[in-house]
Amino acid sequence: MTGTRYAWDFSFLWSYRGLILTGLGVTIAYTIGTILLGLVVGLVTGLLRLSKNVLVTAPLVAYVEIFRCTPLLVQIVWFYYALPVVLGIDIPAHVAATLVLSLYTGAFYAEIIRGGVASIERGQWDAARAIGMRRAQVMRHVVLPQAIKRMIPPFMNQSIIQLKNTSLVSTIAVADLLYQGTIITAATYRPLEVYTMVAVIYFLVLFPLTLAAQHVERRLARSD
Amino acid sequence: MPETMIDIADLWKNFGALAVLRGISLRVERGSVVAIIGPSGSGKSTLLRCVNLLEDPDRGRIRVGGREMRFGAGLRSGHSDRELSAFRAATGMVFQHFNLFPHMTTIGNVMAGPSIVKRMARREAAEIARALLAKVGLADKADSYPSQLSGGQRQRVAIARALAMNPSVMLCDEVTSALDPELVGEVLGVIEQVAEEGMTIPFVGSSISPLGTT
Repeated sequence: MTGTRYAWDFSFLWSYRGLILTGLGVTIAYTIGTILLGLVVGLVTGLLRLSKNVLVTAPLVAYVEIFRCTPLLVQIVWFYYALPVVLGIDIPAHVAATLVLSLYTGAFYAEIIRGGVASIERGQWDAARAIGMRRAQVMRHVVLPQAIKRMIPPFMNQSIIQLKNTSLVSTIAVADLLYQGTIITAATYRPLEVYTMVAVIYFLVLFPLTLAAQHVERRLARSD
Repeated sequence: MPETMIDIADLWKNFGALAVLRGISLRVERGSVVAIIGPSGSGKSTLLRCVNLLEDPDRGRIRVGGREMRFGAGLRSGHSDRELSAFRAATGMVFQHFNLFPHMTTIGNVMAGPSIVKRMARREAAEIARALLAKVGLADKADSYPSQLSGGQRQRVAIARALAMNPSVMLCDEVTSALDPELVGEVLGVIEQVAEEGMTIPFVGSSISPLGTT
């Protein structure tokens, strides 16, 4: 008799389906919202990072490296608890969460965009300028069409990771999927089933997306 | 009386501590083909790239056709992106490594100048491009991408792309150096034909031999 064996029972989760779906909705909303905001931040930062003016690039490098080189969890906690003290204003959890997630992923996007543009050979600039294109025309017609192709795979990877990153906002009581998991756990005392289910849901959302990303990557590689 | 097409006076260019051009003066007459030869590292390509303002000279004066640019202390900031682009548009250049735009078809490459820089209607630009592709013997490759062409074909497209801007000169920077020997002839043949039509062609090479075959 193995008296210590745990009796798994997932059936109770069904009665929490509303809460779980709401949580998943919040997770997906934060993912999409912060990817879009992060893309704006990353685009501006990444393109300005190409400037030769140190006064422009130095603050941007500082921003990118601070966000890339500190843990996201620490950033979330800091923006929610410390920043309001520094600024003397109240920052609601959903604002802090959106801000941090956007700035965090924006820092990675900035590097992807800067790297993509920088990877275009100098000869392309030479040839485009030699036929008289202005800087903006070279960017729009020659550099970006080629660079964007190279940015797509790392962009998709970063965006997929971003969906998992959003789970950290549960620490400041934003009601995402993981947070609802902790609520259900508190009510049922069955953390093993709850967190297994949470993991399965993340996997079911992300796995098809990684397959799609690989497919796109292969197609881009073929068209080279 | 032959007309001077390119007039370079007292041109200086340093790369950091390295002095590459030290007071170069050069005149090229309209319709002439001038070879600039010398060992690698002697500044030939830099000189050619200065004529096209792809390099920013430290000091001196460059005139191509009717356009003149002066460089020197305090003058650098005087050249806007617009001025530099207008100067380059009239000064064609062909490169050692072709530098075709890989995401555009052959005809797209040749049309790029007229349609993007001159803002010509697409149909008109395409007409010019087709005529030039025919001239360099690649009329049937209009819809191919550069990756589908041989080195010699790519360089001929690059020549067509430069000519599409109707430039007053065509700078040739080691244009056959990256080619397999058997492909050199087809490129030189096209350049020779362009020269016969009266184009002014400063030609940089590391030896005289590629020119010997023309």
